[in-house]
Amino acid sequence: MGRLFLTPAVVLILVFSIFPLIASLVMAFTRIRFTGGGFKVRYVAWRNFDKQFFGSEQFHLLGTFGPLSILAWVVGLAATLGLFWWLYRYCRTHFTVVGFIGRLITFAMALFLAWLFAATLLSGRQFGTVGTTLFYVVVGCGLQFLIGTALAFACSQHIRGSRAFRVIFFVPMMITPIGVGYIFRMLADTSKGPFANVWQWAGLGDWSWATDPWAARIFITIADSWQWIPFVFIMMLAGFESVSKDLNEAAEIDGAGKWMTFREIIWPQVLPIAATVMLIRVIEAFKIVDLPNIMTAGGPGIATESVSLQSYYAWRSLDLGSASAIAYILLFITVVICVSFFNLVVLARVRAKP
Amino acid sequence: MKYGLFEPRKIGEMAPATKVVLYTLLLAWSLFVIFPIYWLVITSFKTPAAVNEGPFFIPWVDFKPSLHAWRDLFVYDLADTMRAYFNSVVIAFSATVLSVFVGSLAAYSLSRIEFAPNLITILYFVLLLIGASVAIGVYGADLWLTLAIVVAMFFLLARAVGRLYSVRLKNGDILFWIISQRILAPIVVVVPIYMMFQSVRLLDTHLALILTYAVVNLPIVVWLMFDFFNSIPRDLEESAQLDGATMIMTFREVVMPLSRTGLAATTLLVMIFSWNEYLFALFISTSKAQTLPILVAAMNAGERGILWWTMSVAIIIMIIPVVALAVVLQKYISKGLLVGAVKG
Repeated sequence: MGRLFLTPAVVLILVFSIFPLIASLVMAFTRIRFTGGGFKVRYVAWRNFDKQFFGSEQFHLLGTFGPLSILAWVVGLAATLGLFWWLYRYCRTHFTVVGFIGRLITFAMALFLAWLFAATLLSGRQFGTVGTTLFYVVVGCGLQFLIGTALAFACSQHIRGSRAFRVIFFVPMMITPIGVGYIFRMLADTSKGPFANVWQWAGLGDWSWATDPWAARIFITIADSWQWIPFVFIMMLAGFESVSKDLNEAAEIDGAGKWMTFREIIWPQVLPIAATVMLIRVIEAFKIVDLPNIMTAGGPGIATESVSLQSYYAWRSLDLGSASAIAYILLFITVVICVSFFNLVVLARVRAKP
Repeated sequence: MKYGLFEPRKIGEMAPATKVVLYTLLLAWSLFVIFPIYWLVITSFKTPAAVNEGPFFIPWVDFKPSLHAWRDLFVYDLADTMRAYFNSVVIAFSATVLSVFVGSLAAYSLSRIEFAPNLITILYFVLLLIGASVAIGVYGADLWLTLAIVVAMFFLLARAVGRLYSVRLKNGDILFWIISQRILAPIVVVVPIYMMFQSVRLLDTHLALILTYAVVNLPIVVWLMFDFFNSIPRDLEESAQLDGATMIMTFREVVMPLSRTGLAATTLLVMIFSWNEYLFALFISTSKAQTLPILVAAMNAGERGILWWTMSVAIIIMIIPVVALAVVLQKYISKGLLVGAVKG
């Protein structure tokens, strides 16, 4: 009987999630050519991946490489040393085989990303879609977490009108990403938008943010944050409200300052929720595709293109093999980072919960 | 005794200075949240000239509001607009119902019954699927024939393979497997799904999008509802079962009424996600089953550049239903989400 309850869900996931996942993997190793009525499939081994990592598309996915600058060497070596130290400390304290293999994978991914960052951006060159996606994830999620948490903490105090603030702060989450993209394009218009006079006054009337790589990236991050801060906000608000008031007041009576109360009493209690919220946000942030597509179409050049968007463009030019290969690269990076985050941060916090 | 500006009057209260800073910050953020929406609304009431000639802020003072754009969308393009609206309503609603129904059944069984599937049998099944994909994809085997062979092979040999070696999974593993589907970026699975629907001639139909959305949201439903069912006391169910109720009857008569809050939050969340979804719709629906986000995104492609006024109207009618729902039910959403988050 119980099986009957579980079966529909499992079958649906197998058909629409697992089977496509496997089919996509197979496609990543093939080249598909469309002919007259149908299509022809040819096995090409690793050639699709080779093209992305070492071939003609390298600049697109990873970025442009050149001789490393001094800063790049410093940062790269520091990251390497730090990672080795982290692994060494783990081996010295509580070593298990499974834990070690897991950390080794995390270590390799972190090392790869650190050197990628050093070799492209820090050496004064463009980074590719992987770098852009990581920018959206790290900067975007960081910003959303900081502001969302601050707002939630403010709203959890005894203040008048906090219910109205809650409803207002919540609204952007409901708006379609497409809508958010267009609204922010309207707002950012330097000649017709609401801040046109400000731009003119600053002497930037003819300038367009869409032609400057960093301005465009930051602008997409702002739009993304505008939409997703509400999510962090409501989750953290619920977290702050579930903190026990007694401890809080007892600490204050004992003469603890506001900051100390927050750090020693409140924060440890909401930390598990904070870790979970961040995990959910990071997972979703890796999928970003609608905002860059709507706001800049990936431009200028490839400056704002996310990995998902690159895969979509490959599909649109009927290069199905490359589209699948790129999607799998994204999946691999996402899984390694999210699983690492889950095991090293979330689980640790949940287990340490008082 | 006198109190300074920076000291609280009572334990648990804030100093006046802190309060002022706090209110300023909250009001500033409210402005940041509301202004884009305000600009959207007034743009929808502007004439093309009022948009192009520079920033005008206040209706009746700066510019004369007109219904020009609204008329464009509702009189001249009524058929298109209404079709997309109708499609979106049908798809979001059906996908939500399907997803919540299937997902809560699964969540309920996972929270009440011990499952112990054999890992080896599952690996065998995955190997069969890989074989089938290679056969279909690379060697051009017939889709239905191959799938029939896979199913037959699985049921014929599953027991034999399972007996070779046995590694039992637990409920937690099944739950994790379902929830982990959320990590999957849509772009990874969308191309095979596209080809799958193409081969059964379901491309650009409601059914294709309903099924896809239902599966994409299944992990959220299972996750939230599993925690919710776990928090419901089991005494009532046990007494119902003693009275001879079947599992289906217990689920329908006892569990469902008790879990109304959780169901409401989950339903709302899934509905919003389905309503706003873009990437799958971009691939799967081209004209007949076009949803609102696709309609709006397509307005970009006009020859005269973007018609901001019409675009604003389209965005407004797209967001009104969800914003209204969310404002009314905001309390339930945060409650429902929290159940999932706290227990992780």
